[in-house]
Amino acid sequence: MMQMTGAELIVRLLERQGIETVCGIPGGAILPFYDALGQCDTIHHVLARHEQGGGFMAQGMARVSGKPEVCLASSGPGATNLVTAIADAKLDSIPMVAITGQVPLGMIGTDAFQEVDTYGMTIPLTKHNFLVRDAAELLEVIPEAFRIAMSGRPGPVLVDVPKDVQCQMVSFEDYPPVAVRDIPPVPELAAIERAAEMINAAEQPVLYLGGGVIHSGASHLAVTLAEQGGLPTTMTLMALGAMPIDHPLSIGMLGMHGARYTNYVLEEADLLICVGARFDDRAIGKAAQFCPKAKIIHVDIDPSELDKIKTAHVGITGDVTQVIEALLPRVQVKLRKRWLSHVAGLKDRFGLAMPNLENPRSHYGLVQAVADALDDEAVIATDVGQHQMWVAQAYPFRRPRQWLTSGGLGTMGFGLPAAIGAALAEPARTVVCFTGDGSLKMNIQEMATLAEEDLNVKIVLMNNNSLGLVYQQQNLFYGKRTVASKYKRAVNFLKVAEGFGLDAVDLDTAENPAATLAEALKRPGSCLIHCSIDRDEFVYPMVPPGAANTEMIG
Amino acid sequence: MSMVIDRAQAGLVKVVLELEVANHAGVMSHICGLFARRAFNVEGILCMPLADATRSRIWLLVFEDQRLEQMIKQVEKLEDVISVARHGAEHKVFERLEEFFR
Ligand SMILES: Cc1ncc(C[n+]2csc(CCOP(=O)(O)OP(=O)(O)O)c2C)c(N)n1
Ligand SMILES: [Mg+2]
Repeated sequence: MMQMTGAELIVRLLERQGIETVCGIPGGAILPFYDALGQCDTIHHVLARHEQGGGFMAQGMARVSGKPEVCLASSGPGATNLVTAIADAKLDSIPMVAITGQVPLGMIGTDAFQEVDTYGMTIPLTKHNFLVRDAAELLEVIPEAFRIAMSGRPGPVLVDVPKDVQCQMVSFEDYPPVAVRDIPPVPELAAIERAAEMINAAEQPVLYLGGGVIHSGASHLAVTLAEQGGLPTTMTLMALGAMPIDHPLSIGMLGMHGARYTNYVLEEADLLICVGARFDDRAIGKAAQFCPKAKIIHVDIDPSELDKIKTAHVGITGDVTQVIEALLPRVQVKLRKRWLSHVAGLKDRFGLAMPNLENPRSHYGLVQAVADALDDEAVIATDVGQHQMWVAQAYPFRRPRQWLTSGGLGTMGFGLPAAIGAALAEPARTVVCFTGDGSLKMNIQEMATLAEEDLNVKIVLMNNNSLGLVYQQQNLFYGKRTVASKYKRAVNFLKVAEGFGLDAVDLDTAENPAATLAEALKRPGSCLIHCSIDRDEFVYPMVPPGAANTEMIG
Repeated sequence: MSMVIDRAQAGLVKVVLELEVANHAGVMSHICGLFARRAFNVEGILCMPLADATRSRIWLLVFEDQRLEQMIKQVEKLEDVISVARHGAEHKVFERLEEFFR
């Protein structure tokens, strides 16, 4: 018979689940848990400076490890601060378990100090959530939270634990089994066979890979499928790295800021094989005009994605790994010389233009110079804005989980804490966070966490002293009325970084910017690398919001 | 109510969904929230615990709509939902209830 408090029980269950690092901020309603955590020497607690930062750190860990990771917050403002990071994890299908403190059971519903309805507030943002009413429930709830977070389509799960439940004594015989992933549904054989026939019969097929390929660990299988079937392959923002960008079959990222030729190839496809992607509007533009000539095969582990935006001719519910494994023996080896040479012709004529690539003080040039100084082992995180799209377009991603970006929610402030999380999970890697001056300010306080944890994170700041992507949209679609998108004063980010205890270098004043950059990237530890970018550099090409993907400008 | 009459008059078909769900606080909120945030009106709702009290049965009355299949998939995805069955308008549960609305 074991006896312990609810708080201790949570700590033991996290340990058993293999959790080594948790991120968060304490407060009254979660203090019993923190007290128990303090007695545990296998779990390292990283003190974030804002709960949203803690949430994104957990996400950063989960995005590189593929396993559910844990963030913590107290009740009330702690929980409300965490909400954006949870919503972000939901939209990008990131496995995460958030544990929040709540006011004691008897005070719930009385507008007690720091009480908010965390359960109610997080229903639409989580994959599932729990409000624990008795410490004994934790034996079931905690493993369930992990199982749900990592099974099927991954996602965030929140567990709200009232303070008195954390203090309550609980006795039990045995610990529950460590949670594991559910066995995914077996894909329907008849559908697999029909899909293989369609691939074999197609003249102009395109393989369209999404984040599900990364989550499933199926990147190498997807590349094999493409090679076997002679399939030109496009990737969504979330799938970058699934196929090396310089693979002869890669046609790069599709969508709003994809290369022209990529969207043109899709326009001509007679078969679209969508694997672990969800026809997001930023990827497909106007849905009715996307791939107008193509039949569609859609593979997803989440059955509700099938036929949601586009009706599939063959829909297959299943784990991408298993589905591709089942497809491979049925897909004929094809060279598709005619189609692939046509694709190559489109690429020659309508490839991505990257002006000033050799100048490390220009936007594409800076991305290129960072890539030149690093190898494929580095992790690349971004914030949200023009800089994010330039990195997505220009960085040579070659492996899954190399690239961390907020795709579905597009959350400014994601980059720095996610990069910190990545470095916590994989301290041997260099982690680069490409950021903008707007985004960096949204979680800039995490520079203090970075300095304290002394991690190998390099912040590359592309500073145009503006909310560049907004400024761009206003210039293009709002008659150049640039309302609230230019900052009137400039921040001295070098001093700010220094104040937080980070190293800082300025490429603006460097005599040899490429050398200064490479040196800063190679020096162990953290560093801010600052570079001014012309505000009037825009991200091109661009599909205007609501337009078809073939109606690109620029 | 005017909405209900309009849609019924417009010849839209009623559908009764029968859900078996876990019986604890918040489950109803999960289900209603799914419909609410897609601006999909639920015309009628009824919920009673089953014999073993750890589960409940919920009946939802909705109008057929092109989004209904997607809605059902979303409902099936909820952790607290054990099963979903779809019945036609001939299902008696709401008809009999109408007695209480006279
Ligand atoms: C939290 C949040 N608020 C607002 C937006 C809308 N938004 C998208 S990009 C952008 C500007 C980003 O500015 P910056 O980080 O400097 O990047 P830049 O576009 O200048 O490279 C804004 C305000 C957002 N994506 N996230
Ligand atoms: Mg900016």
